[in-house]
Amino acid sequence: MEIGLNHYLVLGAVLFGLGLFAMISRRNAILVLMGIELILNAANINLVAFSRYCGLGVNGQVVSIFVIILAVAEAAVALGIVLNLYNNFASVDIDEANTMKD
Amino acid sequence: MLEQTLNSLKSFIPETVLIVSLIVCIILDLILRKKSAIVSVAGIIGIIISAYFAWMQLDMKGIAFSGMIVVDPYSVFFKMIFALSTIIIIIFALFSKEIFESTHKNEHVYLMISLALGANLMASSVNLLMMYLSLETVSITSYILSGYNKKVKRSSESAMKYVIYGAASSGIMIYGISLLYGFTGSMNIFEISMFLSKANLASSPLMVLCIVMILAGFGYKISSVPFHFWTPDVYEGAPIPVTAFLAVTSSAAGFAVLIRFFATTFLQNGMILNGNFGIIPGVNWPEIIIVLSVASMILGNFVAVWQTSVKRMLAYSSIAQGGYIMLGLVVANQQGITAMLIYLMAYLFMNLGAFFVLILISNKLDTDELIGMKGLGYKAPVICIAMAVFMLALSGIPSTIGFVGKFYLFSALIHSNMFWLALVALMNSVVSLFFYIKVLKYMFLMKPDEGDTQKLKFSPGAYIMLFALAIPTMFFGLYFTPLVRIAEFSATMFGIK
Repeated sequence: MEIGLNHYLVLGAVLFGLGLFAMISRRNAILVLMGIELILNAANINLVAFSRYCGLGVNGQVVSIFVIILAVAEAAVALGIVLNLYNNFASVDIDEANTMKD
Repeated sequence: MLEQTLNSLKSFIPETVLIVSLIVCIILDLILRKKSAIVSVAGIIGIIISAYFAWMQLDMKGIAFSGMIVVDPYSVFFKMIFALSTIIIIIFALFSKEIFESTHKNEHVYLMISLALGANLMASSVNLLMMYLSLETVSITSYILSGYNKKVKRSSESAMKYVIYGAASSGIMIYGISLLYGFTGSMNIFEISMFLSKANLASSPLMVLCIVMILAGFGYKISSVPFHFWTPDVYEGAPIPVTAFLAVTSSAAGFAVLIRFFATTFLQNGMILNGNFGIIPGVNWPEIIIVLSVASMILGNFVAVWQTSVKRMLAYSSIAQGGYIMLGLVVANQQGITAMLIYLMAYLFMNLGAFFVLILISNKLDTDELIGMKGLGYKAPVICIAMAVFMLALSGIPSTIGFVGKFYLFSALIHSNMFWLALVALMNSVVSLFFYIKVLKYMFLMKPDEGDTQKLKFSPGAYIMLFALAIPTMFFGLYFTPLVRIAEFSATMFGIK
């Protein structure tokens, strides 16, 4: 069996689903952020697979490098904010941080 | 290649100036080592110079950096909006006690400039990658800004919620972009438009999926309904100048990129016939926008009625206002785009004004609850009369700038025979009147508590700033020809014939 475009797309879709599931089901802020990383990597797999198998040059690969860099920047800021949350609430549970109500 | 890049740099001067002034502000902050208005002044001067160079681009139309960004009247219009609102908000921050009492020195100035830089790029990007990157520039900066007061519990909580919702929506957006890329083979929206014009896609479900996923990113920036969950908490938790910044600049940037994305990508052969956009058959994006817009208006207005905090009420009101603005996109013609631009100008003055009054009041009273406003009309009459102007403008009472915006939006709807949509929007305006007037009821019709009748004093600068926002709100409500001229001129986008 040869690995083709569809295999990568399915892998991407599965990763996307897992990331979405992690974001919805986890209450720990760090695990939610990991779910977001999964979603970004799902997009990366799609981008690289499309540009490799559809003869689109290296466009998709370049885009995926940008996405990786952005994921790092976002993670840096997000972890700083999680640390600050921990200093204020002594917990990284996003349900604990609920001082504002409707 | 080198020559092309050098040529592109000529149309990149406003952004370059912003980057330079950002660095200057950082260095000044390091040299001064204390809270100082000098950094704010330097930042404001930088933004003014950048706005001047953006103004020089007014009659330019061109593409730069191998199809990444464009310069056209539309992007210049938004650059002006961002420059004006950023200047106003840096001045707001000078008045705000929350910013003054924070442990930071002057970080907010250069964070705001970098947000304005991201917003400028958002307004001029024509490449999906560039749209995503500039959107993230704005987002990451606003995460930091909303958690600006590190010691305040609700500020750090709001930053956390903002990061999670923001990162999730932009993640979904880049996944949608990757699907659209695979589908059309390009990241450039003009090339995508050309591909879709040739391809025959009778209501392809994949296209709808792509559009919905990409809308998750834009929708969260403009806090439209299914992506609005962050809005109330972040608006309530962030310092008020930052809230005002998110409500005006960041959402205007969201609209800039949203309008360009839909008006260019899904336009048949890049042509406008009799002012109408020829939408590519099979891609019915106006229907998706209708759903989002109506849902935003209804949820925003009805939930705002129950709020006890003015800040939270303004959050729901801005969700609703976003719903109104999106109505201009539904009609998919030049008139609708013009109406949206008019509304955005109106929204800048009236919303910033309302937040400024809130800053002044919460400096003195340390609260943004509605109950704290009781009898304030006796203690601070000028401030409260200005608040009345802004509240009436937000609800769209005639002779204010808000009415002009709503009038043009509704007439665009009626011109395209969308009567029921105009009716829904009109009924929503009536509902919104209820909660805007409620603030005035607390201020003017309720007596202050016994023994609490001391007049509040404000600095002359505060009054000048207040009049600078209140007078345009009234004046342009009566004499709105210049606004309409500007909007009509700016509704021309690059690459659309």
